[in-house]
Amino acid sequence: MIISEQWLREWVSPELSSEDLAHQITMAGLEVDAIDPVAGEFSGVVVAEIVSAEQHPDADKLRVCQVNTGSETVQIVCGAPNARAGLKAPLATVGGELPGNFKIKKARLRGVESFGMLCAGEELGLTDDSDGLMELPTDAPAGDDLRDYLRLDDNAIEIGLTPNRADCLGLAGIAREVGLLNNLPVNAPAIQPVAPAIDDSLPVELQAPERCPRFVGRVIRGIDVSRPSPLWLQEKLRRVGLRSIDAVVDVTNYVMMELGQPMHAFDFAKLEGGIRVRLAEQGESLELLDGQTLELNDDTLVIADHEKAVAMAGIMGGQQTAVSDSTVDLFLEVAFFTPDLMAGKARSYGLHTDASHRFERGVDFQLQVTAMERATALLLGIVGGQAGPLQETVAADYLPSRPDVSLREARIRKLLGFEMDPAEVERILSGLGLGVTRTGDGWKCTVPSWRFDIAIEADLLEELARVYGYNRLPVSHIHADLVIPAKPEQTLALSGIRNHLAARGYREAITYSFVEPALQKVFDPGLDPVALSNPISADMAVMRTSLLPGLVSAVLRNTNRQQPRVRLFESGLRFLPGDDCLKQVPTLAMVVTGDRFEEGWTGNAEPVDFFDLKGDVESLLCLTRAADSFHFEAASRDALHPGQTALVLRDEETVGYLGALHPSVCRELGLNAPAYVCEITLSALLQARLPAFSELSRFPEVRRDLAVLVDKTVPARELMENVRSSAGTYLTDLTLFDVYEGKGIDPKRKSLALGLTFRDSSRTLSDEDVNLAVNQVIDSLEKNYKAELRN
Amino acid sequence: MENLEALANEAKAAIEAAADGAALEQLRVDYLGKKGQITALLKGLGKLSAEERPAAGAQINVVKQELQNLIGQRKSALESAAVEAQLAAETIDVSLPGRGQSTGGIHPVTRTMERMEDFFSAIGFEVVEGPEIEDDYHNFEALNIPAHHPARAMHDTFYVDEHTVLRTHTSPVQVRVMENQQPPLKVICPGRVYRCDSDLTHTPMFHQVEGLLIDEHSSFADLKGVIEEFLRVFFEKELEVRFRPSYFPFTEPSAEVDIQCVNCGGSGCRVCSQTGWLEVMGCGMVHPKVFEYSNIDTEKYSGFAFGMGVERLAMLRYGVNDLRLFFDNDLRFLEQF
Repeated sequence: MIISEQWLREWVSPELSSEDLAHQITMAGLEVDAIDPVAGEFSGVVVAEIVSAEQHPDADKLRVCQVNTGSETVQIVCGAPNARAGLKAPLATVGGELPGNFKIKKARLRGVESFGMLCAGEELGLTDDSDGLMELPTDAPAGDDLRDYLRLDDNAIEIGLTPNRADCLGLAGIAREVGLLNNLPVNAPAIQPVAPAIDDSLPVELQAPERCPRFVGRVIRGIDVSRPSPLWLQEKLRRVGLRSIDAVVDVTNYVMMELGQPMHAFDFAKLEGGIRVRLAEQGESLELLDGQTLELNDDTLVIADHEKAVAMAGIMGGQQTAVSDSTVDLFLEVAFFTPDLMAGKARSYGLHTDASHRFERGVDFQLQVTAMERATALLLGIVGGQAGPLQETVAADYLPSRPDVSLREARIRKLLGFEMDPAEVERILSGLGLGVTRTGDGWKCTVPSWRFDIAIEADLLEELARVYGYNRLPVSHIHADLVIPAKPEQTLALSGIRNHLAARGYREAITYSFVEPALQKVFDPGLDPVALSNPISADMAVMRTSLLPGLVSAVLRNTNRQQPRVRLFESGLRFLPGDDCLKQVPTLAMVVTGDRFEEGWTGNAEPVDFFDLKGDVESLLCLTRAADSFHFEAASRDALHPGQTALVLRDEETVGYLGALHPSVCRELGLNAPAYVCEITLSALLQARLPAFSELSRFPEVRRDLAVLVDKTVPARELMENVRSSAGTYLTDLTLFDVYEGKGIDPKRKSLALGLTFRDSSRTLSDEDVNLAVNQVIDSLEKNYKAELRN
Repeated sequence: MENLEALANEAKAAIEAAADGAALEQLRVDYLGKKGQITALLKGLGKLSAEERPAAGAQINVVKQELQNLIGQRKSALESAAVEAQLAAETIDVSLPGRGQSTGGIHPVTRTMERMEDFFSAIGFEVVEGPEIEDDYHNFEALNIPAHHPARAMHDTFYVDEHTVLRTHTSPVQVRVMENQQPPLKVICPGRVYRCDSDLTHTPMFHQVEGLLIDEHSSFADLKGVIEEFLRVFFEKELEVRFRPSYFPFTEPSAEVDIQCVNCGGSGCRVCSQTGWLEVMGCGMVHPKVFEYSNIDTEKYSGFAFGMGVERLAMLRYGVNDLRLFFDNDLRFLEQF
């Protein structure tokens, strides 16, 4: 909503600067987004009259004009096509200055002297029109300073209204607020009924009264549509952001900007029979003023005559019945449309108009007669003609109801935190147009027809707070009972995991939750991801079923920027579609590529491998104090290297996976070095075990090392599990300290070197005890894995 | 006894010249050991007369003591020289960088969210999370935003289907809390939210921290107190804070909160568009309709809610000038936090 400050001040003019006024209304909830001067900065520009215009002797497109500046006649060379004798236009005189610090000097154009410059609207920062000179009214007094003549020392104040404040979608509403805020009376223009001069009328039927409970119509005959809008009207509209079209449209727009009531004018000659306000027939076609033809749905209200729809009610008029150059008789429409039933309708056709914006939010349902009288009087004054009687058709039962709202003093105290002076309460509420009656515990208020946002006590509290001023309301420090929250030790915090990974060289990334469908498919071809019906772009169209597409893309962006070493992690939801319901699973993902360590002086650069990432994952598992409840199993997975992929299991339940990206995926994506990725369900990492103390043994430990040859296919973990179960109860620790395959041993076999540590809590173990245990291990490995002991 | 002196001189010279611990030990054996020359002289005392013996014995013992001392001194001199030599040999350039894994870091959005959570946890708020694909009811309806309400246009919603959206704020989590718990309630809901908008100052995904407090006596004054305190703690600065009336369907009265520009201190700059103020969050008293949806007694309970954009606050706190950097995951950006 844009208002002209000057126009506002015609209604109410507090002694405040423009900035202070803007601040005041901002702080009352009408946020001022911008204050812009209505004209560019210029000086020395006067109203001038072209006395004569002759062809320039040496230039086809230039004319040599004699121009009356009020005090003298000067010669101006001008290229504008509309420069003609008798025209009044702005003249920038020598010594004057145009926007952009453009100083006007005496000049010689193709040999002819020119003493100033006749201006187009655009050159003065007034309009976008640069086609020709700005044409001023013929009665404009030559010699008047243009700024004074057009009263250009004005600001366009742009207000970002919240959707609840439909009452301020007209200047009148804003004036009401300003009056209240400054305790000043508001001088609304007097609007008198126009006495009918003719009897013509049109029958009106409200066939959908719940959607249109009030319709005011009037016939005006014999207008002269060729008469232009007066300059004051054009200027006011221009300053509030509307273009002047013709006098009829300008007046309807003026009334909308002034009172907040949209209205429409039809060419009376093109209406057949009478008006029916009805729902459209499904598929009914209507050509709109903007030239497009719509097929309407049967939930859309139209204004129709007896033959056809002539307007989309409250949204846009039809082309066929629009006012044109040949229009002589008008039919004016001013209606009230029920906001709830208007909501979303324009949008469903991809439309949004000044009218629909207002009707959806709520137009004062008592305003229609006033608006009609206002428009009629203005129109008769400009285009002439004779007005018929004002015809009002009302379905009173369907007009909005305005039940009284009670306000209790105690609630002001409780919710605003202070006692407001009753006189102040009454001043504020009555200033907003409410009827206020004192009751035992507070007030009873009637609500004006222009407020669609006051129905309950809280609405009144808001009005009090807003007008009184939020910043004058007290501030207190909350007092709350001290409740000591539960802090389960067996639930880890995600922040601990994040910090742990940061300490291990990972940087946290945050990638979009929607990803490119094709990339999504690379990682989870078997899943049909949740798709957005209105994605922002094709590469952000589906909800991720894995964090990896996003994270790998982030890696790629870095490697493409000469950052070959990348270690990233992210936590967030995966969105897994399921037969019965969608699962939104908190997940952790990591990815590494490039060198193991940053390039440095301490050693040769080595690329990361599977076991670097696995070590990082294992270190996370250790945070749970229950690393032994996890294990890894070789597996295969889409997008991953079939020989370097493992599932992560916790207590036999798969909770994640890790592995190398498949070389062909790397190639496809443009990753030049191997990358290792993992993804683990967060809940598995956050569920910890409570530490439980066990007695420390006072007796010495005994260590024995074994090196065995087994087939390469035997997983080390399985072999070690076998050692643990066959070694007996004295085994306290088992480590794998060497793996060797190659020269010197059977190429199908590998050597695993194990360190076994034995200890008992009640005595020193003898050689026999240990030998027995070791022999059991050897026997078991021989039996189960055909293991041979190496020397 | 004339050769005692010669012997002593010879021994002293040898001790002085000993190059290492082993040579010194050999000298000790040669002179003072069981078969050493000084020991031999002591043994020879028996051959002397009783009158001569004490004086001669004393003379020999003086020499013996003297040599023992010299050997001891020489030994420690050699030892300390050896340590010195070792230390000299082992001296390193301590300015070289240390060894091991580099250190990573936490994303600035997370870092900012954690600071917010810390503040509110310390005053008793519980951190609650919820789904990001949300139903229409929790995201809109239960927050007093019925279908076709003009306020929906403020949200630029991503739709999955007619009744399912990507949450446009974290308020639906608060609805879920109100459905499942009885007041008094104090929760904050951090997380990702989505709006179908992408330009210089909007990303289609961003983060919010929203809070809700419901008890029997909270007022707008308490809301102002909490917000002002939070902003001062967050920015570690005495800041001017102002509350400006605004509109959210789920609160009433509703307010936008502005702080004095942290960049220019209020004199007007590019960051605050010359206004001196920065809009940082929205808040208000919980709308009675929202309570009604969750069957909370509006006479007994009152409450307030607030919500802030995490990226916005992170940008102001750390001086980040481009919102989109947060989701670009450029290491050169991430490394700065």
